[in-house]
Amino acid sequence: MTTSRVKPPELSVITDVTDSYEILARATRQAAERGLDKYFIVDADSHIGDGLAWAEVLKFVENETVRDAAMFFGGGTGRSAFLNDTPGLQHQHAGGRIPHGAHLREPIADKSVPREVALSRKAMDCMGLDYQIFFPSALLFLGMHPQREIEAELATAYNRWIVEHVLPHEPRMKAMLYLPYNTPDAAEATVKRFLGAPGVVGFLVTSTRYQPVHANEYMRLYRMLEEADMPIGFHAHHNWHNEYTRHLNRFLSMHAISFVMSNVVHLTNWVINGLPVRFPKLKVMWIESGLAWLPFLMQRLDHEYLMRVSEAPLLKRLPSEYIGEMFYTMQPMEATNLKLLEGTFEAIRADTQLLYASDWPHWDFDVPAKVFDLPFLDERARRNILGLNAARVFNLPVPARYQQSVAAE
Amino acid sequence: MKEIFVAHEHEISDGGRKIVIDDDNIEIGVFRVDGAFYAWRNDCPHQGGPVCQGKLMQGTEERLDADRRSLGIHYRAGSLNIVCPWHGFEFDVRTGRHFGHAKMRLASYPVTVRDGGVYVVAK
Repeated sequence: MTTSRVKPPELSVITDVTDSYEILARATRQAAERGLDKYFIVDADSHIGDGLAWAEVLKFVENETVRDAAMFFGGGTGRSAFLNDTPGLQHQHAGGRIPHGAHLREPIADKSVPREVALSRKAMDCMGLDYQIFFPSALLFLGMHPQREIEAELATAYNRWIVEHVLPHEPRMKAMLYLPYNTPDAAEATVKRFLGAPGVVGFLVTSTRYQPVHANEYMRLYRMLEEADMPIGFHAHHNWHNEYTRHLNRFLSMHAISFVMSNVVHLTNWVINGLPVRFPKLKVMWIESGLAWLPFLMQRLDHEYLMRVSEAPLLKRLPSEYIGEMFYTMQPMEATNLKLLEGTFEAIRADTQLLYASDWPHWDFDVPAKVFDLPFLDERARRNILGLNAARVFNLPVPARYQQSVAAE
Repeated sequence: MKEIFVAHEHEISDGGRKIVIDDDNIEIGVFRVDGAFYAWRNDCPHQGGPVCQGKLMQGTEERLDADRRSLGIHYRAGSLNIVCPWHGFEFDVRTGRHFGHAKMRLASYPVTVRDGGVYVVAK
């Protein structure tokens, strides 16, 4: 046995001001150990910590009375102006146990780009990502805003901030823009206005809202997106104000249930009302509800449908078949029972329909190694889930060097 | 097998730790609790997060009264957990076990204290 008396290098305790490179150093190591540089990897759902940038976003509000009023919030800073989330119910940090769950407060030396771009670059470098598709954290609850005109104002401001202020700095960053869905006309206007903007790869509905996705006033919107070959995503979020979830007394319980509940309702309406039949080429993606809910819903809807086919006459096949043709982001992938997970992958046809997503920097993020290490995936499925399915959904170019790797398999 | 020098004994105060990287890039956290030393690999069994770089916090318990009514959640006296900063997985710093899932545990290393130095033995 050899003994060294030389002091080895040391690592520090991670706090909310620790550099992302250090927080994610082990993800960098995982990527190197697995040769992930040979894989095309797209993070289909990440977020930018935008709380610090909110005053900048407010500058893009186009109604001058709203814009002026915004700066009377937060002691004249505009901080949190008009946002309807409830700060006192944000337990993502788990009582301080998960430092990045509260904020990434690290100092950023590179002032040549917005802070959000600098942070995204670090995450992409650490996790070996080729593209990171992001959505603003601050807007995830906006669908519950009691003033739908404010939803539309903030959506436009935020979309402009992304297109004009963030995306031009980093071609690896791509955005799904917010649809002010509570006002169908405004949602259509958003698509018309931002369609074709560089870096915009899709449009997104935050699922925490009480709008029926099958309502006739949305059909023009869906047709526009189908014709433009633009995906629509339904992004879940937690909601502690629902009549059911407000009876859950722990953040754990509420988070586990409410992230699924909204998309259970929306996906059920989507399928049973025959929207896959009405818009067969529209790419529909269900985001951040994990995967365990899908085999449940497939079986449940098939079971009821077969007994009550008269209520869903647009469908020509089982609901599960339509569900298996839509797209899903994997995070947060429930993996405590690998047999169930393997069955879920088979049910949703994960090899062509599942997209890797990190959700970074949120508290329950998933690293690419989580896909790579699944024992039941073959090489083709692994490559598809890590990036090639996303390339298909978002029309992203795949660099030639990866195509050579695929051909060599 | 090799023995890695971690620190002088006085450099790790009670309740403190050192997280070191050896020549083979193995990361090990050495913790001192009530005078005893414990060494764990800096590799969370969940997703490989930097578990030894997380917070040290007491575990929790839900207290019940004689009628089994809840008296709320409180810190568990005498407990000390190392919490993975990636996702919050909590492991008893003395046993390396996850409090709620006994099969999940941290990889350990033997620790020795000799001539005022703290050493771990790594394969």
